[in-house]
Order: sequence, then structure tokens, then C-alpha cells
Amino acid sequence: MGIGPYGYSYNERMVYLEYAIELRGITKRFGPVVANDGIDLGLARGEILALLGENGSGKTTLMNMLAGIYLPDEGRILADGRPISIRSPRDAYAHGIGMIHQHYKLVDVFTAAENIVLGMEGEKKLDIKKANARVREICERYGFDIDPEKKVYDMSVSEKQTVEIVKVLYRSAEILILDEPTAVLTPQETDRLFAILRKMREDNKAIVIITHKLNEVMAISDKVAVLRKGKYIGTVNTAETDPHALTDMMVGRSVTLNIDRPLNPDRAERLRVSGLTVFDHEHVKKLDGVGFTALGGEILGVAGIAGSGQKELLEAIAGLCPVARGSITYLPPEGGADELVGRTPMQIRKKGVSLAFIPEDRLGMGLVGSMGMTGNMMLRSWRRGSGPFVKRKQPRDLANKVLNDLEVVTPGIEFPVRKLSGGNVQKVLVGREIASSPSVLMTAYAVRGLDINTSYTIYNLMTEQKMKGTAVIFVGEDLDVLLELCDRILVLCGGKVSGVVDARTATKEEIGLLMTSVGGKEGA
Amino acid sequence: MTDVLNSLILLLVAAIAYGTPLLFGTLGEILTEKSGNLNLGVEGIMFMGGAIGLGGMFYFEKLTGITSYPLAVLIALLAAFLAGALASLIFSFLTITLRTSQNVTGLALAIFGTGVGQFAGEMMRIRVGGYVSLSLELTNALPASPFPQALQDIPYIGKLLFGNSIFFYLGILAAVLMHLFLKKTRKGLYLRAVGENPSTADSAGISVTRYKYLATVVGGGLSAIGGVVYIITTAGCTWNNEGLSGVGWLAVALVIFCLWRPLSALWGSVLFGALMILYMRLQLPFIPTELYKILPYVVTVIVLILSSLRNNKEKQPPEGLGLAYFREDR
Repeated sequence: MGIGPYGYSYNERMVYLEYAIELRGITKRFGPVVANDGIDLGLARGEILALLGENGSGKTTLMNMLAGIYLPDEGRILADGRPISIRSPRDAYAHGIGMIHQHYKLVDVFTAAENIVLGMEGEKKLDIKKANARVREICERYGFDIDPEKKVYDMSVSEKQTVEIVKVLYRSAEILILDEPTAVLTPQETDRLFAILRKMREDNKAIVIITHKLNEVMAISDKVAVLRKGKYIGTVNTAETDPHALTDMMVGRSVTLNIDRPLNPDRAERLRVSGLTVFDHEHVKKLDGVGFTALGGEILGVAGIAGSGQKELLEAIAGLCPVARGSITYLPPEGGADELVGRTPMQIRKKGVSLAFIPEDRLGMGLVGSMGMTGNMMLRSWRRGSGPFVKRKQPRDLANKVLNDLEVVTPGIEFPVRKLSGGNVQKVLVGREIASSPSVLMTAYAVRGLDINTSYTIYNLMTEQKMKGTAVIFVGEDLDVLLELCDRILVLCGGKVSGVVDARTATKEEIGLLMTSVGGKEGA
Repeated sequence: MTDVLNSLILLLVAAIAYGTPLLFGTLGEILTEKSGNLNLGVEGIMFMGGAIGLGGMFYFEKLTGITSYPLAVLIALLAAFLAGALASLIFSFLTITLRTSQNVTGLALAIFGTGVGQFAGEMMRIRVGGYVSLSLELTNALPASPFPQALQDIPYIGKLLFGNSIFFYLGILAAVLMHLFLKKTRKGLYLRAVGENPSTADSAGISVTRYKYLATVVGGGLSAIGGVVYIITTAGCTWNNEGLSGVGWLAVALVIFCLWRPLSALWGSVLFGALMILYMRLQLPFIPTELYKILPYVVTVIVLILSSLRNNKEKQPPEGLGLAYFREDR
């Protein structure tokens, strides 16, 4: 294991014949972040390659360079041994590469066939009958079941995916890349997709599926290539490996971070969640019977692959998203019990349950970019004032306090927060939430995009809150951080709790397995 | 009985005369909006088209001394189209290339265009001393029917089918062509894709910028023709600063009313034309004429409510309408 295509001694000509597409030393940077670091990978015809890795390991970025979405900063792409450059999706199609993105690119009010022919060269007059016939022909060949004249808005998710796949085949793609194709499918639909993929493999196409589900990797792939934090770890034959070995490759060895983790002896139950079920706008179940307790005086980490229900969990507790079933009971330090389901966000906040939610775009939720620190502090405190005029003194004092305590680097408290660096924006957001001395503090991705030192400042703030008796819920991505910062870790997988572990004794592999399979049943 | 029928036909013919400018304004805006651009500057564009179209005809006749019906029609269409295309080019540059807000830019263009139109019209009037007017021959010929009198004299339908100005027939042609373009051609499909979902179009290799520019510029030109048609068919080929006001806004409302369909614009514009002149034809006691004048807008609001209540995906505005497209916003 851990041997890349370059670990073998090989005859160059043989490699040329073997690989339809080869990546050599591909590096891609986004600002200071290195998303892909010198990656080598080969895609062979008649083979299904699973590209495995945690979130942010650079799987999608790498494949986007084949699809013409991004340009690599360094490295070469070879097609049948010849170097090529892919500058646009059109170029990618010209080289026979088609990618099915996670977010389908379809026009809702068009029929399947209209979507499929979109952007293709051809006669001026649109011969939709001819297009319909060709779509039917492709469907017959691979066993798809879609009506070319059906409108996309009438389609299920799985049908939309089929349209995307047909779109790629219609352009005679020989190399198909599927980005997390099963994320939105039911088990039956997944089986059907896999049957189709196998048929395409028989047709001598090169297929890549990007995934983090180990059971699917084992079920469908011939080879597995593993990425971790933007680096290529290695390629193994699926037949010669097992989920445990793959998890090891995926999460790697634990890194010691030396985050200070004192134990707060005074722990008391603060939040009791049971049977929590939440649906999103499209009536997809996002949380399924989630139950746990959060203790005051402890940091409860929440781990999981992105989109496993973390966001919905926090929003449900904060009252921002409707709860279908289940209860959320808040147990205030002064005793008693309060049901939070059905309360407005304002009522919940008043009880001291505070959410510092840091979404992908930090300014999206919680802060107003064009206002200064004072104005943003006021967003929380304006209700306290009386009379029609705002009082700026208190928020200004608070802004100054946050500025000094958290060492926010800003030209002044009236300076628009939009223009601050990411870390400083985060400090303003977290500082404000902490200032209201909540008894439950929830943060999501609090250190995303921050440098090491700023991250530690945030960790220390969390720990400080914990020692004050606050119940801190910390949704994080980096398992190393979760293992060293938290007291307990709740692992979510597909909207279900797959386990709660003691962060002091758990291992990264253990969590890795829980993240990819409920109860360790599926993957192991 | 014949009297009622006759007055109904007269009302319809007048409605067509008032509806024709709306038809052009609406067709142009439909094309623009199909590309995802909401150009609220139609009012200004039509003012510019009116003043510059009239100016073109007037100076051509004055300088060359040629009084020719076909040439006058051609010059009116061309001058107005160019004026509208230029105004829309400014709009396109601001909203597509610089990605300014379409609403704000459109409103600015409405004010700007109205000003330019009034300035140009007024300047011509002062220069001429008196008022700008074409020769009597043209003033009579332009709004009249291009068909022989014999056809117009067919009882009942003659006046209705053959008694309208040439611009109405050109408008029908434009609507049919636009319908065929949008529904039957590859480019039309791609244009609709750009308006519905620019990122999908972009990833399919369609040049979003080019389609948006072309549709908006051509659409603006078409709308501007509506301005000069108004001057010709209903304003007696003279410039009047207030004559055109409100027509552009009605055209924007009509786009919504006919649910972005060029063929629906045909009867929609006649209906709106009828609503515009109803107060002259059908006077009810105690109802002020101002109430009549809001009728088109009331109808539009009702259509909006009905279409959103029905939640029919086919009857919605283009999904990307009003949004600037930026590839890196993923």
C-alpha cells in the first residue's frame, strides 16, 4: 500500500498505452492554500477508479482540472501519452472527458434532450426529434430509464443525474468523472447506478468516482486512489485492500497539536436532544432521530463528512430550521427544563443558547460586512435599548473589549468588517457571541481558513468558555483538532448519530470509520 | 346591431394603433429578459427611439427633399433601432461587463433616455422654430394602411385586417420570427439557457456574455422602434415632450402579462392598447379618466398573482432574470 504509479518500475511506453489520461505533478493553489500538491494519477480504460479522501482533501479540485473548470498551476496532463491543455469544459469534451458535478447543471424548464444538446455545435435549426432519438438510443444501450421529452423540473434527483450522465455520453466521452454520485441517491438508485457504471466499464470507458463512502469503494471500484490534505497518498487494487487499511490511508497518523485541555469537574446536563428529525426544503431527510446530551463544562465535538447534518443540527437547536419530530430540552443552570422546539430564534437566544455559526462565507450569516465592529455588536443588543434612538455607547465598549481581548487587528472599531482578514472576522463573530455569556455556545467551522496562531486563539476561547461552565458544541472538520480540543465527540453519518466517543481515548481511525458508516456496520 | 359591431371594430382598430408601439417595446424587452437581463430602461429607450427616429425622417426629408414612403419607414426603423441599440449597449456594458445592479442601471437609463429624447426633440423644435413635422404627404401616409383601398373596403374584416399601419404587420412578423427563433433554433435554445441558468450554459460552452450582449442590444433596438411607431401612429408625426411618457413602463408590464411569450404579446398589446384608450370611448359617469389609465397595471397585477398562485414552472420569469453572472461565484 502507499505505492503510487511511480513507485513501480515501469516501461514508459507501457504506461502510455495503459492510461487514457495521466496527471503528472499537478499542483493547484487558491491564494495561500495548496489544494493539490504535486499529484500523479493515471486513469485506465475499462477500469473504475475510486478517488477517496476526506473533505477538503482536494478530490474535486483535482478532477475539476480535468473538466476544464480550473487550470493547474503546475504539472502536466497527458492524454494517451501526449500532453494536452484543458482550458474550458469544451476542451475537456474535445478530449473525451466528461464530468458529472455534484450540483447538477441543468435548466429546469428544458426537457432532458434540450439539456443534453445544450452548447453543442450543429445545424442552425434545432432538430429535437433527432436529438430525442439519439438520447433514446444511448439509454437503450446502457439501460437508462429516462424520457427525453420530460421536463427537468418534473424529475427526481436520480433522473436528473441520469440526464447528466447521458449528456456526457452524448458527447461521446470516453472518460467519465462522477463527483459523489451517490450522495443524493437511495440505496436502490445507487445499485442501479453501479450497474450502469459496470456496463460502461465493459464498454472500455475510463471511470472515476469521487467518494468518501468506503462500502461503495469496495463495491464498485477496481482501484482506489487516496488523497489526504491535498497530497497523493497512493493507489491500491480494491481486491487487495479492506476498509480499515483505506481508512488509515485516508486519515493518516494522528498529529499532536498540544491544545490545552483542562477537565472541568463541574459538569451538568445543559441540552438534551432526542429523536430529532429534520427535513430540508426539498423534503430530503437531513437529520434522522438524532439524540445526545450536551454538558455544561465540556466541549462536545461534532464530526462527520460535510453535509451529514451538522448544519441542520445547529440550526434546529437555534430555532432556525423547522423540526419535524423530536425534542430539544434546555436545562438552565438555575434548574428547570425548557422545550426549545417551537420557540422562535429570539426566544431561544434569550435563554442563553447562542449560535456562532460560521458558514462557508463568513460574512453570510451573523455579520454585516459593510458595518464596523460597533454596528455588528449592536445587531445582538439593539433590543435592550428603549426609545427610538440607538445607544452606541454600550456596543462601542463591547467592540473595544473584543478588540483588546481577542487582539483583533483592525484600523478601528468603525472599520467595515468586510475588509478585515478572515481570522479577524471570525474573532469578531465569536467574541460577540461569547460576550453575551451564553450557557450553550455553538460554533461551526470556527477555524476554517484561519492560520495556526489564530486557530489556537479560538481554541483557547472555547476552552475558557468551557471552564466557565458553558456547554460548547464545536462542529469541526479536522479530526486532529476535534480529538485534542473536545471532551466528547459526536459522530454524524448521513443524518444519524453513528457514535459518541470519548475524545481522550478515541483514535482517529475509530472516528474515521464512524464517519463513513453508521455503527461501523456498512464499511467494516 | 351593426352600429355596435362597427364601433367595436373602430375600437379594435384604434386599440391596434395604440398597441403597436407597445408590441415593439414588449418584444424587445422579451428578447432582453430571455437573456436574463431585466432592462427597466425601456421608457428611456422608447423616448430616444421616438425623438431620434422622428429626427431621422425629418432631416432626411428636409435635406434631400425626397418624400418617399418606403424610405421614410426604413429610416424611422433604422434610426430608432440604432438609438435603442446604443442605449442598451451602455446598459449591457454596465450590467454584464461591470456587473452593476440591473434595477438601478435600468432606472438610470429610463431617466437618462427620457432626458435625451426630450432634449433632442426640443432642440429640433427650437431649431425649426415652431414644431417638428414631416410633410403632409408623409404625415398622412405613414400611419395609413399599406394595402389597397379595395381590401380595406371588405365589410367588417377589411378595416380590421388590412386597415392598420405597416408597423403593425411588421410587428406581427417580428413576433412570429422571435417565437420561431426562441423555440425552433439552436441559438434560441442557448439564449433561453443563458437566461434561465447562466452557469449551466457557461459550463456547456455557451458564451454567456455574448448572448447577453446581443440579446440586450437587439432587444433595446426593437423597443426603441416602438417609440418612433408611437410618434407616427398616434402622435401625428410631431414631437411632444409628454406624448411618450408611460408607454415604456406599460411595455415592461406587458412582458409580465404575456408571460415572456412573443406570440402572446400580439393580443396582449392590442388588449393594453384598448385599455389605454378606453376612457375616450367608454365614458361612465363619476369615474375619472385616471382610473381607466391604471387598468393595464391592474390587469398585470392580477396576472402576476394568478401565475404565481398556480405555481406553474412554465409560466415563470427566466430563472436568472435580474442577476449578474460571474463565473467565479460558485
